Amino acid sequence: MSRFTFPPSIPSRPVYGTLAPREAAQHLMVADAEGAEALLDLAAAAPEIMAKAHVIYIPRNAGEALVEKLRATGPDILHVSPSYLASVPRLRRVLSDTVMGAQVYLAGTEGLIGQAMNEALQAGIPLAAIQTEHRGSVARRVQCVHCKGITEDVMTDPFVCSHCGLNLFVRDHYSRRLAAFQGVCIDAEDPGEVPEPVELYK
Amino acid sequence: MTIQFNDETFRDDYTFRNSDWAIKRFPFPFHEDSYMYSVNMEQHRGGPEGSVFEKRFDVDEHYISEMRDRAIVLAEDPLRCQSLPHMTLAGWDLLELIMVSKSEDYPDLFELHRNGDKWRWINKPLGIDDTFTFMDDASLPYGPMEYITRQAQGDFAVLDQRENNLWMDAGMVTTQADWSLDFDIGMNFFEWHAPVPRAHEMGVFKRALKFLLNIQQGSPARRLNWTMTVNPLLDTSPENYHKWGVQKTSLMPENIGRKQHLRVELQTFYRLPRSNALVFPIRCYLIALDDLVTVPKWGRRLHRVIRDLPEDLATYKGFIRNRPMILDYLSQYDDGKPTSPGIWPDLETEPPLEK
Repeated sequence: MSRFTFPPSIPSRPVYGTLAPREAAQHLMVADAEGAEALLDLAAAAPEIMAKAHVIYIPRNAGEALVEKLRATGPDILHVSPSYLASVPRLRRVLSDTVMGAQVYLAGTEGLIGQAMNEALQAGIPLAAIQTEHRGSVARRVQCVHCKGITEDVMTDPFVCSHCGLNLFVRDHYSRRLAAFQGVCIDAEDPGEVPEPVELYK
Repeated sequence: MTIQFNDETFRDDYTFRNSDWAIKRFPFPFHEDSYMYSVNMEQHRGGPEGSVFEKRFDVDEHYISEMRDRAIVLAEDPLRCQSLPHMTLAGWDLLELIMVSKSEDYPDLFELHRNGDKWRWINKPLGIDDTFTFMDDASLPYGPMEYITRQAQGDFAVLDQRENNLWMDAGMVTTQADWSLDFDIGMNFFEWHAPVPRAHEMGVFKRALKFLLNIQQGSPARRLNWTMTVNPLLDTSPENYHKWGVQKTSLMPENIGRKQHLRVELQTFYRLPRSNALVFPIRCYLIALDDLVTVPKWGRRLHRVIRDLPEDLATYKGFIRNRPMILDYLSQYDDGKPTSPGIWPDLETEPPLEK
């Protein structure tokens, strides 16, 4: 229900998998909104790993029900954060403490996965120890190539840059460093001729 | 020969012009009457005297003005020059490569005096005479890559080599054909080429990467690439596309010969000695169609290439909306006669236009 199959795209676009339990002394799980459902599936497949799991969860609009279900899986630590940004200092602190072989699980929106992936890589976690699973909203995080501002949760194409106000179309070109897709002015050659926004993937 | 440097602009009033010398040595990119992607690499071991291939880093009449344009771009947007922390050594490698090459290839313009790690660099066209300590970042006014590429025409991508791939981890990019260093920095070879249509499916990038990974020190390679640009605008960046994109609509049958330019990139590839990085200079040459068609062979051939180019490539190269007008113009210079193989103008042997 919260799963979405992305259409085939260009090589810079990330692809997501399905979280699978792995042997490790530590498990760091970061999820937002419906991403909790991926963690619940993981916990159902391997209940024993939860006792070694530090879970950071940002419910967004998913409500309390998923928080309670996560708590019921018995994680070693469950931290509920009001926003991704608010969770970053804690995430960095936890990443700085991970032991050799620790496993990282990221689930939820593309924005959450991309940004948390960056933090993990910068902390020296090898790519092979990071798993991702997309769940929930297909909204994208988009950088305006013109003003460099990032607009979160973009649901339509084109959209208005929340920083400079230009009308941008969303390219599939993706920067892992920025954890963002690229937005480019759509009416540069025909100023004012902006197509009606359509919902992404519709 | 002594180069007469032009005082010209690549923006606003666009006073950029090519002399007859620059027209005849223009790197025309089509060796036959059609175009499709290929891994068109060859060794970069000089070329005919006076050609843009002769020297390791070609210096031409646009040098001073291009460097002035670069300084303007960097003042507006410093993100056009970036280097990830592990790329400083490659920056020194690049500085050495350019200083040694230019001082050897153009001894009347550039001098390099080395006494151990105390180096003195004299750049006469730009009026620079600096003494610094090689490998000491604090002894230069900029990082080594930025310092030397503010004095070298063309963009520079500095690629780290690891995991059997190349990573765009540093660069100076102010004369680009619509790609963003700030967005692409840190990407691998396949990622930064992701938006290019067709070439992935054709296997072009896999073969090109294999070739590039094996480039050895002292054996640089080169290829030509091309696109079309309205006005002699060097900075066709995505960053400023909302400002320059509208210029494409200024093309009219009366001005197309002066405004529409063929834009050619001479891409070279050098292995750097200490860092094992690969530097990828992308040198941009512009020529107005009016100037290009003074070479009859080039007028005939460009018409055929543009006419037969698949639609997705014309779209990617950004001139699909103006293609009909470009073809109207170019068709005047195609009399249907056969053309000689190769890129050279062949002015003495090719027949004049009969139309």
